[in-house]
Amino acid sequence: MKYKLEAKNIDVFYGELKALNNINIGIMENAVTALIGPSGCGKSTFLRLFNRMNDYIDSFKLNGEIFIDNKNIYDKSILVDELRKNVGMVFQKPNPFPKSIFENVAYGLKIQGIKDKEFIKTRVKDALQQAALWDEVKDDLNKSALALSGGQQQRVCIARALAVEPSIILMDEPTSALDPIATAKVEKLIHTLKEKYTIIIVTHNMQQAGRISDYTAFFYMGDLIECDKTDTIFTNPKKERTENYITGRFG
Amino acid sequence: MNTIEKEISNLKSSLLTMFLLVEGQWEKGANAIVNYDQDIAEEISSSENRINAQELKIDSDCENIIALHAPVAVDLRFILSARKINHALEHIADIAESIAKYVADHDVPYDKEIMTKTRINEMLEIFNAMMDCVVEAFENEDPSIARRVFKKDKLINKINSDSPQIIIDNINNYDKNMLLYLLSSIRKIERAADSLKKIAEEIIYHLEANIVKHKKNG
Repeated sequence: MKYKLEAKNIDVFYGELKALNNINIGIMENAVTALIGPSGCGKSTFLRLFNRMNDYIDSFKLNGEIFIDNKNIYDKSILVDELRKNVGMVFQKPNPFPKSIFENVAYGLKIQGIKDKEFIKTRVKDALQQAALWDEVKDDLNKSALALSGGQQQRVCIARALAVEPSIILMDEPTSALDPIATAKVEKLIHTLKEKYTIIIVTHNMQQAGRISDYTAFFYMGDLIECDKTDTIFTNPKKERTENYITGRFG
Repeated sequence: MNTIEKEISNLKSSLLTMFLLVEGQWEKGANAIVNYDQDIAEEISSSENRINAQELKIDSDCENIIALHAPVAVDLRFILSARKINHALEHIADIAESIAKYVADHDVPYDKEIMTKTRINEMLEIFNAMMDCVVEAFENEDPSIARRVFKKDKLINKINSDSPQIIIDNINNYDKNMLLYLLSSIRKIERAADSLKKIAEEIIYHLEANIVKHKKNG
């Protein structure tokens, strides 16, 4: 196992506000890394650094370097569209487009300019299979994605991210809007996907972090307090603040 | 105090009650041997039921906390060690009952002279000191007090390992049946002391996340 992503000396500012303070961390390839911490601790800001989503915020300013496969993704030579092909993202609420299931999953391929219909069909099928949704929707690919259940919609969004064959998937609380059955399906999926992808997931659900991640990083007030193997964090954290947070003794 | 803190505080109280019940049971067992008190020996059997019930209650409380509160870190370590301490205490209570059983069932008291030669009284005193240490370490959450148990356990091991030869040397001087039961009691006290040592190890694991089990612990 090696570092797929690395953050070195990262400071992030939103105007005057310092959102992240000197973050240094390596993210292992083909593993699930959970980012945990109270609201406003900077974990989502940190997650969005990896696909440069924060670039859209006017007051955003970054110091330090973010490496993916040893390339600094904030280097001027980097094409952001190319970067985002490699770094897929799944959000808190399922956000399928008001289109068919097929069109949703094919969307990323089409905006890349791919026109080969057979190629697209194969990719859509592969992506839906990887997202553990194919068997449930294979006869209804032209049905609106909005007609699916919440859990199915979220897996459509995961399939949409997978269709462009990224190597990294960022997930920002991907199951917080789902019921326990849909959550279990997505968690099972995440467990399967790590064989092929490097996954970083933000979650407020401590048990979920314990269940699905290999590594856990605890953020607090813009600082990375502790990052270690998940079983170590949840049985024997080194820092008192981590222990207080995961045992619910914060605040 | 949040909900899991309340549950853990209640569990700690239940376990302290178990400590006190078992400590009392052990005192009775020791008195029965030392003073050849058959009434105490009978009394032990009746208080065993209360200890068994407390053991089941603590087991059930641990299961409920795990199922309902999903404890982690220091909380998880406490629950895991609480279950092991609970079983170790129940085991000590069983041993107290079994060493007192000789007194209840036999009319020949242990001879004072052979008791002195085998140092069983000293063994019981060391055991009581070990028990005091684990209760104090558990109550005050102090691993340094728990560590005092290890040295004392070695003294008990020494008395135990010396005892067979002393019994052999005196086999023709005393009632043979009594000698064999005495040797058996010494063995049982040594096993009970091992359980106290395990409790000390669990207290250290809970407080320091440090596994001292199966290590040479001074």
